[in-house]
Amino acid sequence: MMSNSMEFHLSLYRKMVMIRQFEERVKYLFLEGIMPGTIHQYQGQEAIAVGVCEHLADEDVITSTHRPHGHAIAKGLSVESMMHELFGKSTGCCAGKGGSMHIGDMAHGMAPAIAIVGGGAPIATGMALAFTMRKQPQVAVAFMGDGAVNEGAVHEAMNMGAIWSLPIVYVVENNRYSASTPIAQTTKVANLADRAAAYGMPGVTVDGNDVLAVYEAAGEAIHRARTGGGPTMLEALTYRITGHSRRDPCLYQPEEERKAALTQEPIVRFTEFLLSQGHTQQALDGVRDEVNAEIERAVQSAMAAPDPAPEEALVGLFV
Amino acid sequence: MVLNQGMDITATTPRLVYYADAIREALVEAMRRDPTVVLFGEDIGRYGGAFGVTRGLLEEFGEGRVVDTPIAEGGVTGLAIGAALTGLRPVVEYMFMDFITLAMDQIVNHAAKFREIYGEQARVPIVLRAAAGAGRSYGATHSQMLEGWFMHVPGLKVVAPSTAEDVRGLLTAAMADDDPVLFVEHKDLYKVRMPLLEDAAPIPLGQARVLREGDAATILAYSRAVHVAAQAAMHLAREGVAVEVIDLRTLAPLDVDTLGASVRKTGRAIVVTEAFATAGPAAEIAYRVMEQAFAYLEAPVTRITMPPMAIPFAPSLEQAALPQVEDVVRAVKNLVYS
Ligand SMILES: Cc1ncc(C[n+]2csc(CCOP(=O)(O)OP(=O)(O)O)c2C)c(N)n1
Ligand SMILES: [Mg+2]
Repeated sequence: MMSNSMEFHLSLYRKMVMIRQFEERVKYLFLEGIMPGTIHQYQGQEAIAVGVCEHLADEDVITSTHRPHGHAIAKGLSVESMMHELFGKSTGCCAGKGGSMHIGDMAHGMAPAIAIVGGGAPIATGMALAFTMRKQPQVAVAFMGDGAVNEGAVHEAMNMGAIWSLPIVYVVENNRYSASTPIAQTTKVANLADRAAAYGMPGVTVDGNDVLAVYEAAGEAIHRARTGGGPTMLEALTYRITGHSRRDPCLYQPEEERKAALTQEPIVRFTEFLLSQGHTQQALDGVRDEVNAEIERAVQSAMAAPDPAPEEALVGLFV
Repeated sequence: MVLNQGMDITATTPRLVYYADAIREALVEAMRRDPTVVLFGEDIGRYGGAFGVTRGLLEEFGEGRVVDTPIAEGGVTGLAIGAALTGLRPVVEYMFMDFITLAMDQIVNHAAKFREIYGEQARVPIVLRAAAGAGRSYGATHSQMLEGWFMHVPGLKVVAPSTAEDVRGLLTAAMADDDPVLFVEHKDLYKVRMPLLEDAAPIPLGQARVLREGDAATILAYSRAVHVAAQAAMHLAREGVAVEVIDLRTLAPLDVDTLGASVRKTGRAIVVTEAFATAGPAAEIAYRVMEQAFAYLEAPVTRITMPPMAIPFAPSLEQAALPQVEDVVRAVKNLVYS
């Protein structure tokens, strides 16, 4: 698809809205007390998952984090299999055994999400190494947050990715907070991408709320990875407009900052852009309605699915 | 789940507090008394910790003593060890026990070894507070009880309290101890209210408590499993089976005198734990029982544990995996009537 065609733009919009509406519905189900466990949601960061994964096929792989729903949808998992998983049903993408924080589907090139902060970076690097060793053309993308870059595993991974020139992109979603802690308290460098220099790989900082900017920057990095140019650290600047996890009221986010962020969030911005390009509000509303209907079908079928029988707990054990 | 039923609490109790509050009280008391006690952890400052345990501490003690760290469990643990070597008494919070795995080198190869290798010149008075346990559908990487790993390593003390009273008394003792102590908190107990006496003394590490006396069998448990055991004991009492329940409280060093005396009396023992079975705490405890009471045993020691599994997310599966009151009742009956 032409990267500037109206049709292409609408497909990006559809994916972003799918993530947003999925998360909003899930948030509601949680607050109602219908959904078990805990969740970390992706509202406000949709442009990053969508802009990056647009360049990936099922054969390309990603590692995700404790905040995986957006990556999963962008990588092509069905909202139905995800919703079933979030409800803990055996019909979910991990048979109800994984839950929100461990969602994944290798058939779509998404390793089971890694809820241990930073743990995904070396695993993605290993997948990239395997592609190189087996002379396969795929690439790996490791998604991580601005907090994750302070874990030793991430540093070790990026160094290996660089020395072996692996086909990987380290995407750092800088939403300015790790849980309640603002980035100024955890990092000294102005841009996280500055750290790339220390590993000897290109570091790029992009506006992570501009889906087309992410699409372009990710395109370059992924092309470089695919064509033997080695890894890139791609920092995408964004903001978490939802709680860190369920029920977090975000009292640590200054009011002004939060308000400003709401005017800059990626769907608001892309909507403005689309309208300026001749798309009609009616068409965009139509997309939203379609998406909502699909999500609602997923919710209904997930709620109707039976809970796994207790005996299933002992199925498939390693020993 | 309801946890206080079946607990033999005879003391008059002026206050009911959350288990989490008892932890905070112990921290506050120690920090007021001893300026060398400092806290390290993720989101423990203004946010007050993922489970609210350190709420208000930053306000009272300031950033100099309540330190929000980057997400770097290995590094932060090393930092605490270094600070301990030079005169502080750091308490580190691990948001979930599962994350302490990132700090194993620092704990196992350094903190645990220094005292034996270097003697008095290198004591490491650190307390590692870890939120453990399943029951809240947090899934495989946020639910484990890994205390067995630490019992395995010489040079570490391991404490796993079940009540608010024990939390306060044992944490106070742990912070005063000159060696590294792993302090296992059960995250499903944080929001359970329990009685707390005023002005209780520290509880020495290494002492189990006989929670309930009986002669038919001994149930050995710690952390939340104590509450499960206590409820099972109540059920069994109604059926005329009097079991003794022992809350081990400290797993390393283990109070073999108390468990030995009990099993020599009852002749039967069941270990209940939410940790994994294989090479886990229950295996060690069962072995100690045999060492202490082999000639008195009327049946093999039994254990009820978390099955060897990635702890499942789905509530129905998670509950099926966790030791339940019915499991304990059934196991006791099998032992007693076999
Ligand atoms: C090793 C480890 N330490 C701590 C946590 C708890 N935790 C989960 S998410 C999170 C914050 C992560 O921040 P960041 O990497 O910026 O990602 P974001 O949540 O902003 O998406 C923390 C501390 C964890 N899951 N794993
Ligand atoms: Mg972040």
